Amino acid sequence: MMRFILPFVVFVVLAVFLAIGLNLNPREVPSPLVGKPAPAFTLPQLHEPAKSFSTADMKGKVWLLNVWASWCVSCKEEHPVLMELSRQNIVPIYGLDYKDKQADAELWLKKGGDPYTLSVSDTEGRIGIEYGVYGVPETYVIDKQGVIRYKQIGPVTPQNLTEKILPLVAELQAK
Amino acid sequence: MRYLLILMLGLLPVFAHAGEAKDMAADPVLEQRMIGLAEKLRCLVCQNESLASSHAELAEDLRREVREQMQKGMTDQEIIDYLVARYGDFVLYDPPVKKSTLVLWYGPFALLLIGVGVLVYQLRRRRSQIAEPQISAEEARRAAELLEQSDKPEELNKKDTQA
Amino acid sequence: MIPELGNFALVVALFLAFTLGALPIVGAARNNAVLMGVARPLALGQFVLLGFSLFCLGYAFVGNDFSVLYVAQHSNSQLPTVYRISAIWGGHEGSLLLWAFLLSTWTLAVAIYSKHLPEEMVARVLGVMGLIAVGFLLFMLLTSNPFDRLLPAAADGRDLNPLLQDPGLVIHPPMLYMGYVGFSVAFAFAIAALLGGRMDATWARWSRPWTTVAWVFMTLGIALGSWWAYYELGWGGWWFWDPVENASLMPWLLGTALMHSLAVTEKRNAFKSWTVLLAITAFSLSLLGTFLVRSGVLTSVHSFAADPKRGIFILSFLVVVIGVSLLLFAWRAPKIGLGGKFDPLSRESLLLSNNVLLSVAAASVFIGTLYPLFMDALGQGKLSVGPPYFEAVFVPLMIPMVLMMGLGPLARWKKVDAPELARRVRWAFGAALLIALLLPLTMGKWSVMVSVGLLLAFWIITSVGLSLRERLAGRDDFMQRLRGQSLSYYGMQLAHLGVAVFIIGVTMVKGYETERDVRMDVGDVLNTGGYEFRFNGVTEEQGPNYVAGKGHVTISKDGKVVTELYPEKRQYNVSGMPMTEAAIDAGLLGDLYVSLGEPIPDTDGAWAVRVYIKPFVDWIWAGCLLMSLGGILAISDRRYRIHNKRAASAPLEEKTA
Repeated sequence: MMRFILPFVVFVVLAVFLAIGLNLNPREVPSPLVGKPAPAFTLPQLHEPAKSFSTADMKGKVWLLNVWASWCVSCKEEHPVLMELSRQNIVPIYGLDYKDKQADAELWLKKGGDPYTLSVSDTEGRIGIEYGVYGVPETYVIDKQGVIRYKQIGPVTPQNLTEKILPLVAELQAK
Repeated sequence: MRYLLILMLGLLPVFAHAGEAKDMAADPVLEQRMIGLAEKLRCLVCQNESLASSHAELAEDLRREVREQMQKGMTDQEIIDYLVARYGDFVLYDPPVKKSTLVLWYGPFALLLIGVGVLVYQLRRRRSQIAEPQISAEEARRAAELLEQSDKPEELNKKDTQA
Repeated sequence: MIPELGNFALVVALFLAFTLGALPIVGAARNNAVLMGVARPLALGQFVLLGFSLFCLGYAFVGNDFSVLYVAQHSNSQLPTVYRISAIWGGHEGSLLLWAFLLSTWTLAVAIYSKHLPEEMVARVLGVMGLIAVGFLLFMLLTSNPFDRLLPAAADGRDLNPLLQDPGLVIHPPMLYMGYVGFSVAFAFAIAALLGGRMDATWARWSRPWTTVAWVFMTLGIALGSWWAYYELGWGGWWFWDPVENASLMPWLLGTALMHSLAVTEKRNAFKSWTVLLAITAFSLSLLGTFLVRSGVLTSVHSFAADPKRGIFILSFLVVVIGVSLLLFAWRAPKIGLGGKFDPLSRESLLLSNNVLLSVAAASVFIGTLYPLFMDALGQGKLSVGPPYFEAVFVPLMIPMVLMMGLGPLARWKKVDAPELARRVRWAFGAALLIALLLPLTMGKWSVMVSVGLLLAFWIITSVGLSLRERLAGRDDFMQRLRGQSLSYYGMQLAHLGVAVFIIGVTMVKGYETERDVRMDVGDVLNTGGYEFRFNGVTEEQGPNYVAGKGHVTISKDGKVVTELYPEKRQYNVSGMPMTEAAIDAGLLGDLYVSLGEPIPDTDGAWAVRVYIKPFVDWIWAGCLLMSLGGILAISDRRYRIHNKRAASAPLEEKTA
């Protein structure tokens, strides 16, 4: 009698899915922007608002765009990792200071050190929306053609730096 | 000091003149359209709330973005496409019908067809299988027992209520 | 010391649950009266111990014992006493303890009200419930002990989430859990029947009242939760299709199906294997709900803090309980007989069609709730499934269900003469149709949605009326006929009327609510929906553990004051969380709902104010209340009461045995 075993079979399939589900993070949303050109922007620099920075300036370079803010708690967590990375001088890190006050942001960098080649201010968070930012910090790896290759959601850790970001950067730089 | 303040606040209405309340939104019609759309969109940073009801800052920014794009004359679909391009299908509470969502959209109706089909099949089969009321001696005895059980107290109850 | 005693009681309760899950079941298999006889005392012991444990946790809360981690996380010395008590179930660990306690309550209830049942049946039912208790107690002791100490003790607690500091939330969780846990009784009866191989109309008769009681609790629990969301979240929504809400809706839908299929099984001894499967599934979905809420696999507003260890434990527990039950079903069900004969068109077949629709509706909620998880697990990306989906899929499934709901009680058992039935209902249906088409016109706006909703509601009402007329009208004494109908008949009709009332509420509020989001200076008025709302400003008020801005709004109609409303915006001292307390003037024909938004900066006391007029919204919950009352009437039927009488008079039992 096959039909009486059917409920059990359905349940086994469900249990497998639930088991896989336990190891997934429902809150992590992959970006559809990976593999697409990074949205272009021109924004005032944090330290010298009179000057601006434009994504067009970065053509031909592999670079990291790190979204941060002085009010962001987990940014503190990744900050030493970024400091270390900038000392190694492997890849330039550009900061997008997201929805922040200039004074707070400068104070924050003064206290904790400034790992960024330069930071730009996205005071109203509009560029954040262009990039699909939904939680700070986020880090984008952008290649020489200006295409987003990877997006790190949440803090950069030594682990995902050595396992994901740095190998990718090396590969992109070699191209 | 605070009591004085409360007192003053309490007295204020007596002096204040009655103006007609103004809508919070500059353009109530557009706002209505924005809310209608935002109800179908998910606030990304919240646990599980629509863009329309969330107080999160990102939700406010996104509402502003939607409002501005509506002012620019973009259609709802264009705005949805804009957001999906940046945040993915995750932002939609109303997932688009495509290959991977076929089961989601048509699964329940397929189940309904199967359910009705199985029911009809079973009912027909029963009719041919049970030619006569098939009750074993044991079942018949138990049924009789049951009837007896439910009858007796019923009479008792009737007496109770009549008394 | 007291928390340690509570903890110790938990450990002993676990031991008793083990024994309860083992000895009586073995006893039933070997026909050993001694082993079966321990079931009742063990059930009592378990209840006493878990009650004591719950009391100990309550004692720690009331006494502000912040050396208990759970208390420190969910209470505060400023918290009013009533909320300190409800804080017992304000978090994961404590709500589990409540779960376990309520399970022991149901177990004890079965032990007490089962004197008329065969001993081996009682032994098996209590044994199965004991095994479920083992799972929950182990879960609590291994991963989520509410008595864990915090050393050194906290100076003060982190406070209960302000959203939960509300009278509605004091009783909503116990009600809902009574429902969830209550389905374990029907489940245990089903498993006991499968184990014993005895599956007949008497089995259905025994589990029917238990299922109905659980369903009543669940209906009330869900309604309370929805009502709470309506007045507490500040924007007047009452159902959000959130995973946690869906987790309660699924077992409710299957529980509803189960009540109806039990009717077929009891009356006609038919479709027994289906009924058993429903009993297993309804409780399985209760357990699945627990998993979804506590494992963090889905994002929900209501979910508890996630911990993978807990997720793994509950999943293993689910696999054991549900897997074993379904295997047992697969093994034993083929031997279950077919039962009485009936035609493809009969009351039986109508009830079964209702079962198909309710099950498919539950399946649609299930698919929608878990689809994001399926997609993610298959690497197909993330997506969200929300209200627009459920409204598009669930609602159309309910339309044929309600249409059949009118026919079911009018149809005869065994065989329905279709043309004859159509003749009987034509006036009832015609009247419903006429009302549905015309009534929206009096409201000023006609729409298909409103008309369809009203058609469904009035179809139920007119068909109930028809049924009453057919049963009560006659030349002989009306009172005698009135008394002649069974309470379960009245219960059913009342519950069905409850559905009609519910549908009217949903339809009217969806079709005719008005919402205004305005900026109001002190003294400003807002004219909307025929009412004048006058804003008299906001004053500061000190609450027990919060500071509130208390607004004052005077509402008048045609120059006469209707009511004064005082919506609040609270800021809780400890968490700093702002809370909106809407003010509602509830009425039979609708609610006037005012909530405060934010103060407008740089003004002389102006605020953003939201005003809603929600016609017939309270009918939504009134409908649920009527459904529950119907359930209570149904189980008060003398058919079920005889058991107690018989239990009281032992000689009678011997005579029939």
